[in-house]
Amino acid sequence: MTTLRTTPAGAATTPPLPGAPSLTGRPRPLETVVRWILRAAAALSVVITIGIVISLLGPALAFFREVPVLDFLTGTRWAPQFADKSFGVLPLVTATAWTTFIALLVAVPFGLGAAIYLAEYARPGVRRTLKPILELLAGVPTVVFGFFALSFVAPVLLRGLLGIQVGTFSILAAGLVMGFMIIPTIASLSEDAMTAVPQALRQGSAALGANRMQTTLRVVLPAALSGIVAAVVLGISRAIGETMIVAIAAGARPQMVTDPTMEGATMTGFIARMALGDSRIGSLQYNTLFAVGLLLFVLTLAVNLVAIQLVRRFRQEY
Amino acid sequence: MTTTTTTTTTPHQRLATDGRSRERNPRSVIFLVALWLSLFIALLTLLTLIVSTFIDGAGRLDSRLFTEFPSSRPQQAGARPAILGSLWVIGTTAVLAIPLGIAAAVHLEEFADRHSRFNRFVEVNIQNLAAIPSIIYGMLAVGFLGLLGVANKNIVIGGAVALALLILPVVIISTREALRAVPRELRQGSLALGATGLQTTWRITLPAAIPGISTGTILALSRALGEAAPLLLLGALVFVSFDPNGLLSGFTTMPIQIFGWTNNPQAEFRELAAAASLLLVGILLAMNALAIVIRNRYQRRW
Repeated sequence: MTTLRTTPAGAATTPPLPGAPSLTGRPRPLETVVRWILRAAAALSVVITIGIVISLLGPALAFFREVPVLDFLTGTRWAPQFADKSFGVLPLVTATAWTTFIALLVAVPFGLGAAIYLAEYARPGVRRTLKPILELLAGVPTVVFGFFALSFVAPVLLRGLLGIQVGTFSILAAGLVMGFMIIPTIASLSEDAMTAVPQALRQGSAALGANRMQTTLRVVLPAALSGIVAAVVLGISRAIGETMIVAIAAGARPQMVTDPTMEGATMTGFIARMALGDSRIGSLQYNTLFAVGLLLFVLTLAVNLVAIQLVRRFRQEY
Repeated sequence: MTTTTTTTTTPHQRLATDGRSRERNPRSVIFLVALWLSLFIALLTLLTLIVSTFIDGAGRLDSRLFTEFPSSRPQQAGARPAILGSLWVIGTTAVLAIPLGIAAAVHLEEFADRHSRFNRFVEVNIQNLAAIPSIIYGMLAVGFLGLLGVANKNIVIGGAVALALLILPVVIISTREALRAVPRELRQGSLALGATGLQTTWRITLPAAIPGISTGTILALSRALGEAAPLLLLGALVFVSFDPNGLLSGFTTMPIQIFGWTNNPQAEFRELAAAASLLLVGILLAMNALAIVIRNRYQRRW
């Protein structure tokens, strides 16, 4: 819809015939006011983004006045609260990278498998029932997922059933549960992408003698690829930003993670833990929080922009 | 010529019998089983989560959970202030986010010039905001309160602002989709009868989009209700021993209370965490189910 106008185009150029009703609407000052209110509401989203950048940048810049950026980005020891302070963010980054990686290892195959089944195989009735149930998984709060990791996945599933030696807190348990949490995100977005592939492509493939699996793997998946990649990228963004699961189940010790059965503090986990302590506004501790927050924001922003571009591309294709 | 006859008849025969078996060769069957398994595992996770939380917490899902205040003695502890705090925060969040979100969506969908560079920027911006980690919104709220010079961060309105900003993009995106589903002809009919653009929106387009808007809004609010991370930054993990009673009142919420209990090594507190989780999951699943029912029952196909 383009702008709706009450005056028909051209009404102003042709002089009205004598006796003809005027087609120019009467001025409505209230409408102008309401239009401006609506416009302001839409512009608020830009204000929010600016607000985020400013509220992160202020304390973060104060932090970088005390700690050189290079030391922050390349240091391998994170000990902001010890007497012998050190602000190398890499331990937090490696922990985030590991949890994200494990989460994707779970969420991509299972999410994609569920999406293919729903989009290509399930009968409409089955799909109408199963899809909402799958989406319910996305409605479970992340605190509860965290509790699930701590009370079931680590002790029962990993230690009991699979015999993997993990402690109470581990990157592995947190990553796995995070993966389950992301399955609906990846499934529902990639299903949308596959449903958007025109039926004619499938019929063409079937006419050439391909069966359903061949059609799915060689025709539908390649055609929906940019949408599927966008779904995975959004999954990455959610995994990087997920806080409560790692705060509860990954542990609090910041260390370079080399093995997923270790415990570790991710960027978000550190922020959550640190926020619990009482840090005065303006103290180095407080500023540290925002420096890590800024890094988190920049990382997810980059990932999100890639996803948005990809979604736009698959929307345009068909 | 014998060769040609055989080549013309065999494929024909094979087609007749193989139409099915081509779908049933071993690789296709394994593929289908793998697809089945992935969906099954996702559903199994949901089931296991609910059952294991039920086993852990059912014993403590009693009236004390609703009537008692938190306590260092787990037998006497309850989530009363957390339940009330959640109601206060979500109520305020709804009042802030829903009108703003709908207004923004109406502007973008009905009035804004799609091709202007600014509006395209607004659109990308909203999509990005929807995918920013929730904990960042807590930092924004802290910065905002600091700007206003509010010393005490742990107030209902602070939490509500953080959650409202968090769900605003979700409300905008789902409202836009609901508005987009209303056919053009309805708007054109209204305009042809002499209604102005805003009258058309208010009396025709918005009423027609109500089911879609409510589905999106309920889902957004359920997300806010289960969210804990931004509230941690507002210092909501506190020992609240009073009923929250206003916008400036101190507060804690259900997810935060669960987080607090989870952190406690005593087994009885784990049990409390499980019981409160059951309650929270129950409420959220009910909200999600309601949203799905509204979507399936009231959404008209045009």
